Amino acid sequence: MENNHLIQLENVKKIYKVGETQVNALRDLSYNINEGDFLAIMGPSGSGKSTLMNIVGCLDKPTEGKYFLEGEEVSTFDKNKLARIRNKKIGFVFQTFNLLARTTAIENTELPLLYSSMSKKEMRELASKSLSIVGLEGREFHRTNQLSGGEQQRVAIARALVNNPSLILADEPTGNLDTKTGKEIMDIFKKLNQEKNITIILVTHEAELAQIARRRMHLRDGQIIKEEENA
Amino acid sequence: MNIWRTIRVSLRALSRNKMRSFLTALGIIIGVGAVIATISIGQGAKREVEKRFESMGTNLLFVRPGSHSYRGRHGGGGTYQNLTPDDAKAIAEKADAVKYISPSVSARAQVIYGNKNWNTSIYGVGDKYPEIRNWEVDEGIFFDEYMVRAGQKVCVLGSEVNENLFEGADPIGQLIRLKKLPFRVIGILQSRGESGGWFNRDDMITIPYTTAQKRLIGRIDRIQSIDISAVSAAKTVEATKQIEEILRIRHKIAPGAEDDFYVGNMSEIAKGAAESREIMTILLGAIASVSLLVGGIGIMNIMLVSVTERIREIGIRMSVGAREKDILLQFLAEAIVLSILGGFLGICLGIVGSKLISRFTELQTLVSMGSVALAFLFAGSIGVFFGFYPARKASKLDPIEALRYE
Repeated sequence: MENNHLIQLENVKKIYKVGETQVNALRDLSYNINEGDFLAIMGPSGSGKSTLMNIVGCLDKPTEGKYFLEGEEVSTFDKNKLARIRNKKIGFVFQTFNLLARTTAIENTELPLLYSSMSKKEMRELASKSLSIVGLEGREFHRTNQLSGGEQQRVAIARALVNNPSLILADEPTGNLDTKTGKEIMDIFKKLNQEKNITIILVTHEAELAQIARRRMHLRDGQIIKEEENA
Repeated sequence: MNIWRTIRVSLRALSRNKMRSFLTALGIIIGVGAVIATISIGQGAKREVEKRFESMGTNLLFVRPGSHSYRGRHGGGGTYQNLTPDDAKAIAEKADAVKYISPSVSARAQVIYGNKNWNTSIYGVGDKYPEIRNWEVDEGIFFDEYMVRAGQKVCVLGSEVNENLFEGADPIGQLIRLKKLPFRVIGILQSRGESGGWFNRDDMITIPYTTAQKRLIGRIDRIQSIDISAVSAAKTVEATKQIEEILRIRHKIAPGAEDDFYVGNMSEIAKGAAESREIMTILLGAIASVSLLVGGIGIMNIMLVSVTERIREIGIRMSVGAREKDILLQFLAEAIVLSILGGFLGICLGIVGSKLISRFTELQTLVSMGSVALAFLFAGSIGVFFGFYPARKASKLDPIEALRYE
């Protein structure tokens, strides 16, 4: 096993049981992602994008096959250990932002730190640093409902960044934003990837957005049908 | 997450829904308030009883006949009629820890004055009865040693008998009829102010015990009991011992054999009466705690709603690394904080409530630290008990489904 891969997926299968019938969401998928990669996962709905992302994001476990994250076989981990991995190594950005309502930007950003042992002061420092990276300096104490969609997604990115993860998973992050704001958000991801060398996995069905990524993976019916790489 | 952070997070969550939090806590507030108030009524009644017995004199002793036993078969207490006036005299003469004695016989009888009549208790007692019972004569005089020795037909009325027979007219010197015999009223005892209740000491008539023996019981050689006051409260034990010795000799009881009499003191009786109040308190408290239970169910109900409403939030927290335990503790903390805040407000309500009860009714109340602590503890455990199921439900959510929940 080589250890320069951040993510190694080996013959990963995911089977859901819906009543009597079995749904093969992922069929024997193997793939490696290096540290500092920028990967776009593309495919129509039902292609297994979300399933793959849930497994890579340690929210779910494969039915069969192995998943290594930084050399650790996380596919054998229990729920608590997976939560630990999510807390330390993974940041999520969702289409619907998923911020806590009636809560300030900085409180939202601090959320992952709440589940690690850290003093209030350290939490504040890290969270405001994170907010300034996404360009929200001075908006720390605005409540989420006082922020625009773009700003809300920036808070979500700041939250994903705050515990210095190895990997950020973005699921249709621009799906609820207009084109201009969407582009700004994509620029932030690009910047994070280039300047901070954070590995980013972007799930999208928009080919244009996917062009920003260095590599692209096309999924259909739970299988990789095409791989592309920028020159 | 540590405890303080968990509590802070839950406080913030509760403050986001102030009205709902308050209404949820209201069940606990009322429940705890009701428990505190009802227990305070019971405790107040208990203290009242204790005070009542204290007013009778803490150095008060009494001798009663023991249980009659014949070939190992015991009758009830007092089945023996074996106390004599001479027993009383001997105690008065020989026991130096004894200050006063008053032989006693009692009966119930119909008393008549003019066209009014009243059924009441007649106590035949000695002339030291007021001193022993710590009871003063309000009007007129109590009968003296001479009147007792002579067996005169005089009586001293309890205040309630006086009110019922004379209705405000001056009773001193009047004749009332008792078992068809005329008795002259020579005094009125001070009111004990115990209208109604389990025994009313104002509803009685005292006459010389010698008179009672002759006219009511028809046996001059027997008395039913002896009231005794020790020289001081501290000497009651010594007095008891002396009385026992004297009576054992007089009754010719062999060493090792059982006494055929019983020497008691007021603090024992007071304890018994206080215990019966305690039972009442527990009963009342139990009824009130049903409302606390209902309050707990209210908390569970709202926590379940809250969990359903915040499935998305739970999903978010899980996605950023909250473990099952973290979610469980957060929701449990919310339930506990709610019930403890409710408990605190309930205690305030209960204290205010019991103050109002004692101000506007005749009931005495007493809020004890014990009942406050108990209610508080109870409220806290209700939070744990009824908060656990919703919290567990929240912690068992699947993060993927929770994040997708609309």
